[in-house]
Amino acid sequence: MTGPRHRASASSLQLVWVYPDLLSTYGDRGNLLVLQRRARLRGINAEAVTVNADEPVPRSGDIYLMGGGEDLPQILAARRLRADGGLAAAVGAGAVLLAVCAGYQVIGGEFGGTEGEPVAGLGILDVWSGRGARRGVGEIVADVDPQLGVPRLTGFENHQGMTRLGPEARPLARVATGVGNGDGTEGAYAGKVVGTYLHGPVLVRNPGLADLLLTWAAGPLPPLEAADEDWARRLREERLAAVSAG
Amino acid sequence: MGKLPLRARLATSIGGAAGRVSRLSGRGDGSVIGGVVGLRMEPDLLRLLAADRQIVLVTGTNGKTTTTRLITAALSALGLAVASNAFGANMEAGLTSALGRARSAPFGILEVDERYLPAMIGETSPRVVTLLNLSRDQMDRAAEIWLVARRWRQALADTPDCQVVANADDPLIVWAAAAAKRVTWVAAGQRWHEDSWCCPECGSHLRRDDLGWRCGECGFTRPAARWVLDGDSVVDATGRVRELSLALPGRANRANAVVALAVADFFGVDLDQALPRVREVTSVAGRYTQLGRHGRRLRLLLAKNPAGWLEAFDVLAPAPVPVLLAVNAQGPDGKDTSWLWDVDYRLLGGRRVLVAGERRLDLAVRLEADQVDFELADDVDDAVAKVPPGALDVIANYTAFQQIRTALGRAE
Repeated sequence: MTGPRHRASASSLQLVWVYPDLLSTYGDRGNLLVLQRRARLRGINAEAVTVNADEPVPRSGDIYLMGGGEDLPQILAARRLRADGGLAAAVGAGAVLLAVCAGYQVIGGEFGGTEGEPVAGLGILDVWSGRGARRGVGEIVADVDPQLGVPRLTGFENHQGMTRLGPEARPLARVATGVGNGDGTEGAYAGKVVGTYLHGPVLVRNPGLADLLLTWAAGPLPPLEAADEDWARRLREERLAAVSAG
Repeated sequence: MGKLPLRARLATSIGGAAGRVSRLSGRGDGSVIGGVVGLRMEPDLLRLLAADRQIVLVTGTNGKTTTTRLITAALSALGLAVASNAFGANMEAGLTSALGRARSAPFGILEVDERYLPAMIGETSPRVVTLLNLSRDQMDRAAEIWLVARRWRQALADTPDCQVVANADDPLIVWAAAAAKRVTWVAAGQRWHEDSWCCPECGSHLRRDDLGWRCGECGFTRPAARWVLDGDSVVDATGRVRELSLALPGRANRANAVVALAVADFFGVDLDQALPRVREVTSVAGRYTQLGRHGRRLRLLLAKNPAGWLEAFDVLAPAPVPVLLAVNAQGPDGKDTSWLWDVDYRLLGGRRVLVAGERRLDLAVRLEADQVDFELADDVDDAVAKVPPGALDVIANYTAFQQIRTALGRAE
């Protein structure tokens, strides 16, 4: 396979923010801003492209981002993205995708609608979501699959979804504190596609996960200067300490 | 006022005593405990206290307390007593306390928490319900705003005698109010659009232009407004234009004032009498208050959610006046700080920015991403010590705001 997404190290990246008009209820812009910043500090120009629900999803992006949303916008987003086909095509061609909360459910095979009825997802990730008995709300800590080499995740979850993984997806992490998928695991990944319930936003509190996505898209990256990591490191430490004290 | 049944009278007076004890002992401001005690003795107390009065309910994500205050000011032109939960105690106990404290007042101007509006409509049979705006707020504990709007819509459809005064520029508000029989539409503006790109009627994409908003699919569209905020002027239902010239700062407060004048007009208040009284309001429950502290002039702004922060930035003194931002994440604030990423802090560029509060590290990372220089402050006094004599604006969310008020209350 050759193509723009398989460069050894890229000097520019296109970040596509999918449907922020429908799916950005929980500060999801933060994931975009963190990727841009961490790319910029390595001399990579990361151009952000915002795609609203009445626009076609470009197939040329390097990293795609989807956020959280309420029930009706989530259902509308799934319907539009299925009809558009651009996101699935881009991922099929090797693009990176991070999907959070409602977005995580949308990229799966199925999720629960306003009354819990099954709604068809995009089938990009082999996960199947439904409505749980009660909302999972609060700080969450989870230990990432060691194969990914990312430190433990800290975030905030707020969802009523329960998610079951099919054989094509692996759990992103094991829950130490919180609910996650509902079976002791949190999130899922396959290839360069990552889904998670974590807000915070997730890449703000977990720069290691941000760098994993950037590496998948742009190749190996040098570490940042300690001063550039300092505030995020302090925030992580504070949040992890707050949960273990809690 | 009709005479209350004996048990309700007892409940009111014992509740009132509990409120006085709370205030005198310094344990609280007494605006809730009286209602809690009274309702425990007489579960129907709010309904009984509201009977035979003209009740106005005010709700929305932002501007409830200020609009309640401005309506109270406008109605004072009638020279009649008004009962009001002026300090923001906006659930059943707070409303009950407010009405219990002013038993003979013919008017009750009451702000209501968004989630409680349907129940409070049932309890108080309001003459007017005022709907300001709906946007994301404390999402870890509040209901989704679409669900809130659906419940309002149902409650208003079931209450045909009530006059609704509603913001025509907020699509979700229009959808909720459209079920009411009588609506006065106010063009109060909407700066925050991020929660209303979806048509509430059919779910399709809404389009916006200078004239307003409309759904390209189902035709759901902005209604024509009878009252308009136009720059610093209000255009009333007859088309007459008056300068607002408020003491309160900012676009959001001008919008609140137009809503308040529309409500006053409904009760027959002469606007030439009402407007001077609305202009005189300088602070609302500590907000916009100017305070001196060690040679600095502090101005306190409350902002609890992204739409509120956007409006607060609009009110800031021009650069280089420094600004202190303070954020907590206690229960009343919402425990999820992700919303900080929905606020565009680049608007603070050119100012000296200090950050404080229990979640100041979240703010630090946020500002770093927007390439806005900042420094940490331990608390408001540390911030005061760090800035030169002169003005300092303070923006804080709910419990951070209360902490700062408490700290400054102990001042000098």
